Amino acid sequence: MSLSRRALLGTAAAVPAAATFRSARAQRPVVKIGVLTDLSGVYQDIVGPLAVESTRLAVADFGDRGFDVEVLIGDHQNKPDIGSNLVRQWYDRDGVDIVVEGGSSAVALAVSGVARDKNKAYINSGGATSDLTGTQCNANTLHWTYDTYMLAKSTGAAMVKAGGNSWFFITADYAFGHALTRDVGNFVTQAGGRVLGGVRTPFPGTTDFSSYLLQAQASGAKVIGLANAGADTTNCIKQAKEFGITTPLAGLLMFISDVHSLGLDTCQGLVLTESFYWNLNDRTRAFSDRLWKRMPNRRAGMANAGPYSSTLHFLKAVQAMGPAEAKKSGAALIAQMKKMPTDDDVHGQGIIREDGRKIHPAYLFQVKKPSESKGPWDYYNLLGTTPADEAFRPMKDGNCPLVKA
Amino acid sequence: MMGFSRPQTAAFWLMVAAIMIAPAILYPVFLMKVMCFALFACAFNLLIGYVGLGSFGHAAFFGMGAYITAYSAKAWGWTPEIAILAGGLVGGGLGLAFGWLAIRRQGIYFAMITLALAQMNYFLCTQWDFTGGEDGIQGVPRGNLFGLFSLKSDLAMYAVVAVIFVACFLLIHRIVHSPFGQVLKAIRENEPRATSLGYRTDDYKLMVFVLSAAIAGIAGGMKSLVFGIATLTDVNFPMSGEVILMALLGGMGTIFGPVVGAAIVITMQNYLAPFGAWVTVTQGVVFVVCVLAFRRGLIGELAARRRLSL
Repeated sequence: MSLSRRALLGTAAAVPAAATFRSARAQRPVVKIGVLTDLSGVYQDIVGPLAVESTRLAVADFGDRGFDVEVLIGDHQNKPDIGSNLVRQWYDRDGVDIVVEGGSSAVALAVSGVARDKNKAYINSGGATSDLTGTQCNANTLHWTYDTYMLAKSTGAAMVKAGGNSWFFITADYAFGHALTRDVGNFVTQAGGRVLGGVRTPFPGTTDFSSYLLQAQASGAKVIGLANAGADTTNCIKQAKEFGITTPLAGLLMFISDVHSLGLDTCQGLVLTESFYWNLNDRTRAFSDRLWKRMPNRRAGMANAGPYSSTLHFLKAVQAMGPAEAKKSGAALIAQMKKMPTDDDVHGQGIIREDGRKIHPAYLFQVKKPSESKGPWDYYNLLGTTPADEAFRPMKDGNCPLVKA
Repeated sequence: MMGFSRPQTAAFWLMVAAIMIAPAILYPVFLMKVMCFALFACAFNLLIGYVGLGSFGHAAFFGMGAYITAYSAKAWGWTPEIAILAGGLVGGGLGLAFGWLAIRRQGIYFAMITLALAQMNYFLCTQWDFTGGEDGIQGVPRGNLFGLFSLKSDLAMYAVVAVIFVACFLLIHRIVHSPFGQVLKAIRENEPRATSLGYRTDDYKLMVFVLSAAIAGIAGGMKSLVFGIATLTDVNFPMSGEVILMALLGGMGTIFGPVVGAAIVITMQNYLAPFGAWVTVTQGVVFVVCVLAFRRGLIGELAARRRLSL
């Protein structure tokens, strides 16, 4: 191998330059955010790449305030052991300070346990289980965007107020479906409505819901509650359209991306709850336009937008504590975040409760008719709002061990 | 040693050395996961590689092992070794029930029966209270080995997993090279002839099915203690598919093949995680290339080229 003089000189010049560059970087503290999400599976539209982009947007919007922020990305592939392994590696080896998002409930609960064991921080956005701030809560975890209680409360109670006072449930026959039916049913009755009946569908594996839908229509109920998720819900909605069922359906776990993929023609009249809609007010529109520039042709639902809100609040807490202090203890960092009120373009103003529950209003939407929609992603009419202090489960009912202290 | 050929002895010590050195370089939790799945793949290979029975329902044994270990460690406070043993026993018991029915048929019918029974088991797991439904069993304590040594640190747990893995690996090797194993191979090559020699082949098949299921249960039990969770992922069909991929990739009917196959698959899942959909795409491409270019699997092909038995 022969070396030219030019290459030699070039290398000689580059070495000290690189050295000075490195030392200049080393003086700035770095906080690391790990975005654990579903990039390849069934939840990739609900969270996925758009959740990653909204995290990056939060970092950009926060700007340079004396410390560097690095964002790492991981795909948990909807397997709790892969998620748990990745997060352990991030915390132990890669110096990650906080994990945001976290996908399905099983993954979220697993990551929350790891954060507690390693004394790091975790903010869940995509997982639905209210156990995260209930019996399984811990001092290292916050639950941000929504939970099953919020969905049940808003869809059940606000729907009765909006006129839907008699319900019939189509329930997936497993723990999740039973719990959802029970919770929504309670809120419906409390708000003065009536539950006329229900039917349980075998889970997993039911694909033909027509007989259940016709039974629901025959009951004369004003609302058909869909206490199921994923493919079951979309199958119900499609088949209701095919059978010409005009009774409004209430999807208890639906996001704007589901409405987008089914289309307005199929979904019109469907009622659902989200804690964020891009076209809700000036602030949400401003946020959504910034996100649109980074990832065009997609609009965020609440679980996509949640990581923006939580990341921004995390960065504010880091600034308040100082990066060195924030990196020391995940529990202290989470405590600091609970102390500060939240304010961002996604959820507006809010607070974080002692049990780790982030509080903001929940909105009940009805999907527009195709004729009402003025443009792409113009999908929702606002039917009702549940104020922040009513939207989530009261702390005393959650049995979170942190609250007694 | 123990019926190892010379290259196998060399490979075995190489593997033991790798297990001892690796945690200094790679992340221990990741390595433990590799060993759990390697053991699972070895158990599966015992059936398909040495008896020619392709089970499509091995996730049932792995997953039930995980659930039982997790539940007994969490709810009843059993020590880890007893909890893992319980996982293995229940896996084996389930294997007895599945096997009793499935070994009456061969080939695709055998595969379909195991698949159907495993899906029934999955259905039960979504309904049962003790499995925690789609949340799974969370926060399982690793506990104290024999009630004495805390396994909280990753390296302590690593040592336990390594010992169980090597012990079960040697057990599988022993089974394969025993007179019992010779009969199994005879059944694989020509079942009517084995029958004509006076062997009750069904008994042999059932016995090896139960052994394979029990070892899969132990692998699942270890995994649930390593991560502190047992969820529906472990009993679901993709898990049965993954273990087939591992065995195929490494080389069916070789003793080291499944270990290498498991290491490759788990490494892809872990280190391709930042690239999203590329995990599944890469897995698919690797599978196709493997089937087209080296059908005996990585280790199988190596052994055939070099005329070694590995």
